[in-house]
Amino acid sequence: MPIDLDAVMLARIQFAFTVSFHFLFPAFTIGLASYLAVLNGLWLWTREHRYLELFRYWVKVFALAFAMGVVSGLVMSYQFGTNWSVFADRAGPVIGAPMAYEVLSAFFLEAGFLGIMLFGRDRVGEGLHMAACVAVALGTIFSAFWILSVNSWMHTPAGYRIDEATGQFLPEDWWAIIFNPSFPYRLAHTVTAAYLTTAFIVGGVGGWHLLRARRRGEIPSQATRTMFSMAMWMAALVAPVQLVLGDLHGINTLHHQPAKVMAMEGHFESHPEGCAPLYLFGLPDQEAQRLDYALGIPCLSNLILKHDLTSPLPGLDTVPRDEQPPVAIVFWSFRVMVGLGLLMVGLGVWSLWARWRGRLFDSPALHRAAVAMGPSGLVAVLAGWITTEVGRQPYTVYGLLRTADSASPLAAPAVAWSLVAFVVIYFAVFGAGTWYILRLLSRPPRADEPRLHDVVEGPIRSAGITPAPAEAARQGRPQTIGG
Amino acid sequence: MPLVAGLSFDLTVIWAFLIAFAVFVYVVLDGFDLGLGILFAVEPDRRDRDVMMNSVAPVWDGNETWLVLGGGGLFAAFPLAYAVVLPALYVPILAMLLALVFRGVAFEFRWRTERWRGVWDMAFIGGSALAALSQGIALGALLQGIAVDPAARAYGGGWWDWLTPFSLFVGVAVVVGYALLGACWLVMKTTGPLQERMRTRARWLGLATVGFIGAVSLWTPFLQEGYYARWFSGWGLVAAGGVAAAVLLLAALLERSLSLHRHEYRPFLYALGLFAVCFVGLGVAMWPYVIPRSVTIWEAAAPETSQLFMLIGAAVLIPIILAYTAYAYWVFRGKVDPQAGYH
Ligand code: HDD
Ligand code: HEM
Ligand code: HEM
Repeated sequence: MPIDLDAVMLARIQFAFTVSFHFLFPAFTIGLASYLAVLNGLWLWTREHRYLELFRYWVKVFALAFAMGVVSGLVMSYQFGTNWSVFADRAGPVIGAPMAYEVLSAFFLEAGFLGIMLFGRDRVGEGLHMAACVAVALGTIFSAFWILSVNSWMHTPAGYRIDEATGQFLPEDWWAIIFNPSFPYRLAHTVTAAYLTTAFIVGGVGGWHLLRARRRGEIPSQATRTMFSMAMWMAALVAPVQLVLGDLHGINTLHHQPAKVMAMEGHFESHPEGCAPLYLFGLPDQEAQRLDYALGIPCLSNLILKHDLTSPLPGLDTVPRDEQPPVAIVFWSFRVMVGLGLLMVGLGVWSLWARWRGRLFDSPALHRAAVAMGPSGLVAVLAGWITTEVGRQPYTVYGLLRTADSASPLAAPAVAWSLVAFVVIYFAVFGAGTWYILRLLSRPPRADEPRLHDVVEGPIRSAGITPAPAEAARQGRPQTIGG
Repeated sequence: MPLVAGLSFDLTVIWAFLIAFAVFVYVVLDGFDLGLGILFAVEPDRRDRDVMMNSVAPVWDGNETWLVLGGGGLFAAFPLAYAVVLPALYVPILAMLLALVFRGVAFEFRWRTERWRGVWDMAFIGGSALAALSQGIALGALLQGIAVDPAARAYGGGWWDWLTPFSLFVGVAVVVGYALLGACWLVMKTTGPLQERMRTRARWLGLATVGFIGAVSLWTPFLQEGYYARWFSGWGLVAAGGVAAAVLLLAALLERSLSLHRHEYRPFLYALGLFAVCFVGLGVAMWPYVIPRSVTIWEAAAPETSQLFMLIGAAVLIPIILAYTAYAYWVFRGKVDPQAGYH
């Protein structure tokens, strides 16, 4: 199928590119903000130094990731107008309000207390500093709440009516709009995804430093062990929860967007007697409307989606060709996500076993697996969004407003040039940021963990680091800046 | 239904003022920190730059959030305006967003590398300047008018329509004005030679800003019939005279407080005053249009159910936001000491 690069297609690519980049950062910072609040709380409660060390270690990473999340998010909030102006005009009366609530209740909260969280420990005292950490973490959750409500409304619109004259969606019932049918599932699944993403990154870094200490014949520090252990608890407890939430989410989607689930499952054919197979592998051929080289487990799809063997399951043969999403993308991205989810559960179980045997810090194979799974959350999150968003094509507001009718009246070259600019700049800027994050993570937490704006580059010599000139306390006592 | 019509009238006006308020807060808050980025260009010394950066590091994210509120508020309360203006200003808006990407990450990236620090400082300067320029260009392009296709409820022009001598001129004016705010902020937040240099810069920038304000004010009435009629008749003349007098008064106060009295805080307040007066003038010129001379605030308004629902949230949350924002500024009040760090 040759891709027609008209202005709409370019705008879609641009949106997909920028939102995917954006979401990588929230997926990490939602979890990290909560983790930092927990670490800070543990430090205040137990006064065990390892928690402060870990806080200082991860807060540097957080500051970088958060800055990238903010600037990439700013781009998103204007894209609805620049590239999707018809959509903005039509849906604005409904989704504008929840998005405004996101700004008012979430973004300001995060931004207002971020400065105190990062730089204010010595200025406001520990209690207020702790409050700031909690405020930032809450802000990220509120943000997820509102934006996912908006996104879910686009998948399962409710509580609106359509104005004859302007074609606008007009709000009728705010409760129904905000708590639209797919929202609870999507919220639970996505926030859990963010926690898992963070847990696996933290676990990967912990595993890496355990391996490194072992290779060097050193004893890994308390802080390193603590972060590995905390991450493995998260994996063991939360990954199975995610599996259940994903299943519920999928069943709900079957109800509201059956074509999406047919594409995820690769069900071109209907199964009127039930017993639909779960395809593990296959090559979707949408032209021929057929799954080639299919390898399936009989009846299992029925069991998962209907929780019985006999209910009929319609296939894509009941959906007109121009109402079908691109099957191959949905089919494969879904498998990537679920595959990674199962691996996460597996790693969690393994860690429990190792813990029980008392070998949690002493099992190089487990540590290597944790390192390998470090980025798995990020990949799964992207794969999940691709399933969700590509699966609802060809609509932006499901069943009501087509993607092709949503775009701005822009000349193709305008969108083409902006797309090129985004690609070049995002890879350069966020590539550099990722590099700085990796470099921070490449050394283990230390007892005298440097503060936020103490410059650290490259390997640390025992002579120490160069402190940056920084803010003085009000009393004129020189001090470094950072939490 | 006069009651409902009356309600919608009030809500729309309230929202117009709320969004104007958000944009104003954005302009003065991010104005000084973008201006500070522009001034980086003439302060090559590493220690001075660290001090400048530290003076805004804890608050810049909050400042930028007002831009999200301005855009998001426009989307929510006036979706038609959002849908017409943003495609019309496609190039300057995207340039602004990408510029803000560069300067936003520079806040953190420059502390993470010795070797590339200079590069991120350049990104900070270039990003700040380009963001300011783009915002000015967008303002100029909005003032000179935007082609609307009423049947399609959409923008009806090309993607270079925004580019005129007027819009470029307003762009440069905003760069200069932001630099003035930045210089006055630094007079307040620094000491010693850096503060001295900022005093001098602020005086020159103040002069230039007033010149630009005058030039833009004289140019605007000749852009469109409507502006001319508004400013040069009846109450318009009184308003114009008032605005002009206020600008001159504030300019004189600014100059005296910088040179004669050597105040620390007041120059910043006077510079804010200049921006406030300009903003009032802008409001008088545009009222009651959201897209000058083609779409009024009522034509672009979201239905009252949307506006009412949001107003409840805004009425509760904006005061809270202002309170904790003020608290954050209070926590980091006082001078940033250039000698610190050499212990
Ligand atoms: C599940 C969560 C989630 C999702 C789906 C999105 N975001 Fe996001 N966003 C966040 C979670 C988040 C966050 C965690 O709350 C961030 C990360 C850094 C930050 O400041 O807040 C954020 C930042 C952020 C900012 C900057 C806020 C600031 O200046 O502080 C904006 C304007 C947006 N986002 C807008 C969007 C838009 C228009 C999206 C849809 C296409 C979107 N986000 C998807
Ligand atoms: C944050 C993670 C997200 C990812 C990774 C993501 C991914 C994508 C992808 C891949 C597309 C292109 C689909 C295609 O062209 O076939 C798309 C389109 C789109 N998404 Fe999302 N999405 C995300 C969140 C959101 C949210 C939160 C919203 C709404 C608030 C949203 C609204 C849209 C719109 C308007 C389009 C353009 C029209 C379309 O092609 O469907 N997306 N997204
Ligand atoms: C292992 C079991 C999992 C199952 C059965 C599952 C199921 C699903 C389903 C059915 C969807 C599509 C929802 C829709 O149609 O709108 C989805 C979306 C998504 N998944 Fe999963 N998932 C699993 C694991 C994961 C993991 C491990 C992550 C990340 C760490 C993740 C992140 C996401 C995200 C971010 C989305 C898109 C947002 C959403 O619609 O909720 N999933 N998942």
